[in-house]
Amino acid sequence: MKIVVTVKLVPDTTADKRIDPATKRLVRTGETVLNPFDEYAIEAALQLKEKLGAETTVTVVTMAPERGKEVVRKALAMGADDALMLSDPGCEGSDVMGTAYALAGAIAKNGFDLVVCGTQSTDAITGELPGALAEFLGVPGLTYVRKLEIDGTTLRAERETDSGFLKVTTGLPAVVSVTKSINEPRYPSLKGIMGAKKKTIAPLTLAELALEHPIGSGGAKTELVALTDPPARGKGKVVEVSSGAEGAKVIMDFLHAKKLI
Amino acid sequence: MDFELSDEQRAIQSLCRDFAQSEVRPRAEAMDAAAEFPYDLVKKMADLGLMGLPFPEEYGGAGADTVSYALAICELARVDASTAITVAAHVSLGSTPFFLFGTEEQKRKYLVPCARGEMLWGFGLTEPQAGSDAGGARTRAELRDGSWVINGTKAFITNSGTEITGGTTITAITGTDERGRPELSNIIVPQDTPGFTRSKQYNKMGWRASDTRELAFQDAVVPVENLLGERGKGLHQFLKILDGGRISVAALSVGLAMGAYDEALKYAKERHQFGRAISKFQAIQFKLADMLCEIEHAKLMVLKAAWEKDTGRDFAMSASLAKLYSGEVSGRVVNDAVQIHGGYGFMDEYPVSRMYRDQKINEIGEGTNEIQRLVIARLMGL
Ligand SMILES: Cc1cc2nc3c(=O)[nH]c(=O)nc-3n(C[C@H](O)[C@H](O)[C@H](O)COP(=O)(O)OP(=O)(O)OC[C@H]3O[C@@H](n4cnc5c(N)ncnc54)[C@H](O)[C@@H]3O)c2cc1C
Ligand SMILES: Cc1cc2nc3c(=O)[nH]c(=O)nc-3n(C[C@H](O)[C@H](O)[C@H](O)COP(=O)(O)OP(=O)(O)OC[C@H]3O[C@@H](n4cnc5c(N)ncnc54)[C@H](O)[C@@H]3O)c2cc1C
Repeated sequence: MKIVVTVKLVPDTTADKRIDPATKRLVRTGETVLNPFDEYAIEAALQLKEKLGAETTVTVVTMAPERGKEVVRKALAMGADDALMLSDPGCEGSDVMGTAYALAGAIAKNGFDLVVCGTQSTDAITGELPGALAEFLGVPGLTYVRKLEIDGTTLRAERETDSGFLKVTTGLPAVVSVTKSINEPRYPSLKGIMGAKKKTIAPLTLAELALEHPIGSGGAKTELVALTDPPARGKGKVVEVSSGAEGAKVIMDFLHAKKLI
Repeated sequence: MDFELSDEQRAIQSLCRDFAQSEVRPRAEAMDAAAEFPYDLVKKMADLGLMGLPFPEEYGGAGADTVSYALAICELARVDASTAITVAAHVSLGSTPFFLFGTEEQKRKYLVPCARGEMLWGFGLTEPQAGSDAGGARTRAELRDGSWVINGTKAFITNSGTEITGGTTITAITGTDERGRPELSNIIVPQDTPGFTRSKQYNKMGWRASDTRELAFQDAVVPVENLLGERGKGLHQFLKILDGGRISVAALSVGLAMGAYDEALKYAKERHQFGRAISKFQAIQFKLADMLCEIEHAKLMVLKAAWEKDTGRDFAMSASLAKLYSGEVSGRVVNDAVQIHGGYGFMDEYPVSRMYRDQKINEIGEGTNEIQRLVIARLMGL
């Protein structure tokens, strides 16, 4: 069975994020990391591989500039078998549709039975890519999966909803996106880190994919019209009280008024 | 000159940072308060391959280089010096002697399980009456009927008494050389050796979650093949071992200083006095600037010594310089970090108070500041 995991290079989650007003793109010059949500996707794939046995392979795929190799290596160090890396100046400025379309091209070319994505990225955070990817690949797409089992060619999953969860069954091939409650991602081991350099990271260009429609900024169907900084947070309200009990009452009244309790 | 870390070095640094921040940091305060040895963390580090980081894969290690090892110790020490010394002492003092001087059989028997982290191992040089003057050891090992019979005491031995300690390699007098001076050799003493006992843990000011004990040998008997390497080479061997060990304790000092700096910087931005954050006062800014400057300096010295070792150069001088300087830097940094915290820095709730206590040993263990200066002067040819 061929499992493909999509991984994204994102700015370090603890760093301040800035958008370049001229290009309206995220400034990506600082420290970068593997999108934390994708660690859960990798872990889910590795656990399936451990259950399903040696014939199962886990391939990671990313669309990113050269430096994206670092996050690909982390996935390989965690235990993925190999990687596909779509690195092409023509990808710059792609929107969700463009990204999903190009990734679908790369994944279809490689062949797959199951694609596992993270729920969302920590930079653009649209959470739309997995759905779009399923659409372009023409297979069922199950988002927000918190439990995943493969039985022959049947996939059984639990999908989180706001009020509970849905039990869903589908055939393969399929695309899923997994939530943080599905597992606890492993650390890459030293052995994995040292072994990662022996694994293949196959480079891919847009020319090799020969996509029908353009991607990149030229192919983007969405346009960022305007952007503003989030409103600065005002000063908190300070109340002077003479006793703890009085203070507690003020707090309770405030929470009641806001309908928080 | 290239300051870029390799992919592996960066990956190892980032793994250790993640591990230290998520697994060690939340526990550090409680482990220190209870002087509790973290068996579960050691198990996790063993599973990740950290306990045998710089040894070749064929001996159960991860095959990483000294730079990676220094970066790993640095990240651990940044959140908890006790955890860092547990790893550093196990690797540099406990396991390295097998790697450097062991026979193939000794490597299989001891280095492999050590590198896999299945057991810990100690290195016993110091005695109650012989510290800086380690050559003045009094512990004796006599060859009787094909066995070494050991009598004596060792003091302050790290990792020597945990539930997973396999044993300790000790320095002992095994005779006299042709010039009538004591002949020193290193002998492997497994934990279950009859006549070998460990004291309770010392009650320590710092490194409280690391295991340190006194060892007693009363007619302790080990087989003749437990001699490590050549007879009479004890002094030469432990000097070699300490050279390498200095890089890891220097990395530990740098890590501790980085951790104290992290805390001080954060606190300075949060604490308000006279209507503004104390980080807006030049006196505090200058302290922070000096801290960062000295940490950077010490870090570069450690990495240079590690790089020299990795590239097969003579690294004794660099390692000693790095150990001395980073130990003293860590002292100045924790001092200022507590100063920046004011009275809160004196309270157990703030990590800097633990770092302040953990720091002092950096200037004592594996060769005091004075002994480092002596070593450096000797290497100068004085
Ligand atoms: C501030 C900002 C706002 C943006 N807003 C929009 C917008 O409104 N509309 C729009 O169309 N585009 C937008 N983009 C562009 C967008 O970043 C990219 O097109 C991106 O790939 C879209 O997915 P996402 O990051 O939201 O992924 P999500 O859908 O949030 O991510 C889900 C999963 O998809 C996978 N994935 C995502 N990107 C990649 C990749 N490059 N390679 C491999 N796997 C990947 C990962 O597994 C991830 O966990 C925006 C970008 C920025 C920086
Ligand atoms: C927590 C802890 C863990 C340790 N772990 C280990 C271990 O695993 N294995 C091990 O073998 N040892 C270990 N040690 C011992 C450590 O290496 C020694 O404490 C150290 O080398 C100093 O020896 P000493 O304590 O006997 O001090 P002394 O040698 O008695 O020194 C006292 C003072 O005199 C100074 N001094 C001594 N000689 C000179 C000189 N010639 N010129 C100038 N000044 C001098 C010293 O610098 C120091 O300031 C550990 C110690 C501690 C506290």
